[in-house]
Amino acid sequence: MKETPLSNCERRFLLRAIEEKKRLDGRQTYDYRNIKISFGTDYGCCIVELGKTRVLGQVSCELVSPKLNRATEGILFFNLELSQMAAPAFEPGRQSDLLVKLNRLLERCLRNSKCIDTESLCVVAGEKVWQIRVDLHLLNHDGNIIDAASIAAIVALCHFRRPDVSVQGEEVTLYTPEERDPVPLSIHHMPICVSFAFFQQGTYLLVDPNEREERVMDGLLVIAMNKHREICTIQSSGGIMLLKDQVLRCSKIAGVKVLEITELIQKALENDQKVRKEGGKFGFAESIASQRITAFKMEKAPIDTSDVEEKAEEIIAEAEPPSEVVSNPVLWTPGTAQIGEGIENSWGDLEESEKEEEDEDGTDEAIILDTIKMDTGVEVSNIGSQDAPIVLSDSEEEEMIILEPDKNPKKIRTQTISAKQEKAPSKKPVKKRKKKRAAN
Amino acid sequence: MAGLELLSDQGYRVDGRRAGELRKIQARMGVFAQADGSAYIEQGNTKALAVVYGPHEIRGSRARALPDRALVNCQYSSATFSTGERKRRPHGDRKSCEMGLHLRQTFEAAILTQLHPRSQIDIYVQVLQADGGTYAACVNAATLAVLDAGIPMRDFVCACSAGFVDNTALADLSHVEEAAGGPQLALALLPASGQIALLEMDARLHEDHLEQVLEAAARAARDVHTVLDRVVRQHVREASILLGD
Repeated sequence: MKETPLSNCERRFLLRAIEEKKRLDGRQTYDYRNIKISFGTDYGCCIVELGKTRVLGQVSCELVSPKLNRATEGILFFNLELSQMAAPAFEPGRQSDLLVKLNRLLERCLRNSKCIDTESLCVVAGEKVWQIRVDLHLLNHDGNIIDAASIAAIVALCHFRRPDVSVQGEEVTLYTPEERDPVPLSIHHMPICVSFAFFQQGTYLLVDPNEREERVMDGLLVIAMNKHREICTIQSSGGIMLLKDQVLRCSKIAGVKVLEITELIQKALENDQKVRKEGGKFGFAESIASQRITAFKMEKAPIDTSDVEEKAEEIIAEAEPPSEVVSNPVLWTPGTAQIGEGIENSWGDLEESEKEEEDEDGTDEAIILDTIKMDTGVEVSNIGSQDAPIVLSDSEEEEMIILEPDKNPKKIRTQTISAKQEKAPSKKPVKKRKKKRAAN
Repeated sequence: MAGLELLSDQGYRVDGRRAGELRKIQARMGVFAQADGSAYIEQGNTKALAVVYGPHEIRGSRARALPDRALVNCQYSSATFSTGERKRRPHGDRKSCEMGLHLRQTFEAAILTQLHPRSQIDIYVQVLQADGGTYAACVNAATLAVLDAGIPMRDFVCACSAGFVDNTALADLSHVEEAAGGPQLALALLPASGQIALLEMDARLHEDHLEQVLEAAARAARDVHTVLDRVVRQHVREASILLGD
């Protein structure tokens, strides 16, 4: 289905918040969301969660004949799929631009940077090489797919073990995992993509945009680096115009972030290795936490409550005392009472669109309740601090124009009222609506 | 190609250029009479042809029309005979799509789309011979074609590629230099303001060298701008002579 368009007020809200350096989830400008890496039972399978964005990566291998012009190198194949469960807008056949962009970026990041030693994947030159296939599936889209996908790809590749092969002369023996332990791939370095979102023509920049921020951004800059501070890929997209120093600044930030993420990946890989060696339980069932499989996980956010008491006392001291609670009801005429006071009538500023407003609930700051007719849900329309309520004829929804000698005619719309009570046309404060108030 | 020196000790590259030197650029505008705008460019041995139609009414689904600006539609195609080996390129393959997206992004930033709401501008680029720097040649050709069509733009869009070998930044890479596997940067620039419309880079480059390479690419793009500017003025002069001014 087509993507729900973002409303203008939400867009404005997000942009204003970004101008004030605030993000909806409370992060700072350069903060990443929580990254969680979990491994499956097979080697080469992992799920990476970047906040709520979830990507599943799976590596598999196969013996094939090599490409003609590269007879001694293995083949690497990357594929990212945007699963339909990730977002309502992802439908088969509707995603092509985004899909092409993400896939090409991943390919360039992982293949052109030569992170895997393809020469080591050669078994018999010109005849048999390993074809490594990395399949990534986006399971949930909450922004920043490219970062999560690149982390998933590199983690899956690091985790993967291929079957051992030995070549004796002309004979090639492929050992099953039972015969000989599978062998890890030889990985030179780990390129990780870092995304920067630009807002307001490049004035503001955020790292790791989530889905809402991505919708309002002007453009995206993706820098892929490894922990040795080598830039593997840079890609600017969207309609932004960058300046050279912006790009250089982003590359410095990316360097710092990549170091942190690489450490996290190393730790996760080590943990998994340890668990497998010690014979503990591993796999997705273990890492998907607690009681129920279908539980919606909320991260616990740490809150600093050390000076809560002082803050509370300050606020209480500075705050004004609450206003006086409401007065007694005033009985105007038999059957009509008033509690509280109304506010200035603002129908003088009435706009065209206001004419269509219905009268259904008419809940307002001050409502005059007809004590007898409460159960039928009928309200007498009057709000006014000064005057007695107006009671008009009992026809449905009659528009009555009240002529006033000094002011413009005001229109009042009322509902049926059972009590027939007349009031001479005079100054009539009219029912004022919250919406009109807001419109002023 | 092992042992091929991309930069000799005297500072000469494989084709005899210096590190920051561009290849010879020859360009011609108005090559097709039928299209609204067209241009042909040769950068060394890389030959690219660009054709622009528009602004015209949105073809296909009206729903794609943008209420406040024009839609820019770019398509990139590489001829089968453009590379050393004849390779059949299927029309919708990923690389062509990606190039089309990049071109669209570049030109959406440069064309004043607000002047033509609810219309569409088509830019078709065809590479006839690819000898390195195809993206740059496409962007330069498309700029000339858009100018030929009379579509208002903020500024020229000039693109150039750059690489890094032996601690020196090379400008305008040829196919040999690209195939050697070193870092390659493609930059599309609006020369007057120095704003970067598109930046893409492949292969490993250490962060400390990034500034040097960016600077070399920017300088090369500005040199391209001088050449393109001269081409446009020459074309206008010829056209005005024909009109008898």
